[in-house]
Amino acid sequence: MVNRVVVGAHYGLRDWLAQRVSAAIMAVYTVIVVIALIAGAPSDYASWKAWFGQGWLRFATFLFFVSLFYHAWVGARDVLMDYIKPVGLRLFLQVVVIALLVGYAGWALQILWRA
Amino acid sequence: MAELPAKRKYYQPWYNLDLRNLPLPGVVSIFHRISGILLFGLLFWMLWLLDSSLASPETFAQAKSVTSHWFAKLVLLGLLWAYLHHFCAGIRYLLLDMHKGIELAAARASSVWVFVVSLVLTVLIAWRVLW
Repeated sequence: MVNRVVVGAHYGLRDWLAQRVSAAIMAVYTVIVVIALIAGAPSDYASWKAWFGQGWLRFATFLFFVSLFYHAWVGARDVLMDYIKPVGLRLFLQVVVIALLVGYAGWALQILWRA
Repeated sequence: MAELPAKRKYYQPWYNLDLRNLPLPGVVSIFHRISGILLFGLLFWMLWLLDSSLASPETFAQAKSVTSHWFAKLVLLGLLWAYLHHFCAGIRYLLLDMHKGIELAAARASSVWVFVVSLVLTVLIAWRVLW
């Protein structure tokens, strides 16, 4: 017998938690990057590119972007559920949001690991 | 025959934009939402700026000239405020989740702090970086 939950929106807790975990990741990243920038802000192209070329920063920035896009999805979904009542329109807008965020994630990956 | 339950009445429309009687924590809440929508809307431009600044010296110069325009600076100022407000209000919500500061007086005071800290940081960073 398949043990399946057929009632209740259990994704609510998962998203609630993901929203907070992603927020914490972004907050820590923000503080670290601000401190790193205060310590020595790159001003021209070469130093800016070299600064972003650091391995740990690429990793942290990609983690930041993934957190950002997941966080943005949860937030946008909440906003759409609150204000857009026609189901078809809401579904359409949710698909638009997901498409945008998935596309942004690919773009972010390309920006960070471009040769 | 069993009586049918009374039909639920909705006195409030699901949109209620009258903020005059909204308590301060409610103002923080609606600004959290507005700043979040603003940040979402500006994602494309942010990624474009990051992309341009890293792609080549030419696009770096292009990004620099774009952001030196007064209107772009105004948008960046709005973005900076949105990020800082969302950041400060978010930390407040994380603390509330941990049942810290949930009494009425503490919740009101922390709402004031969210506005004060985010606005002061916005002015400071804008003054040091944008202008």
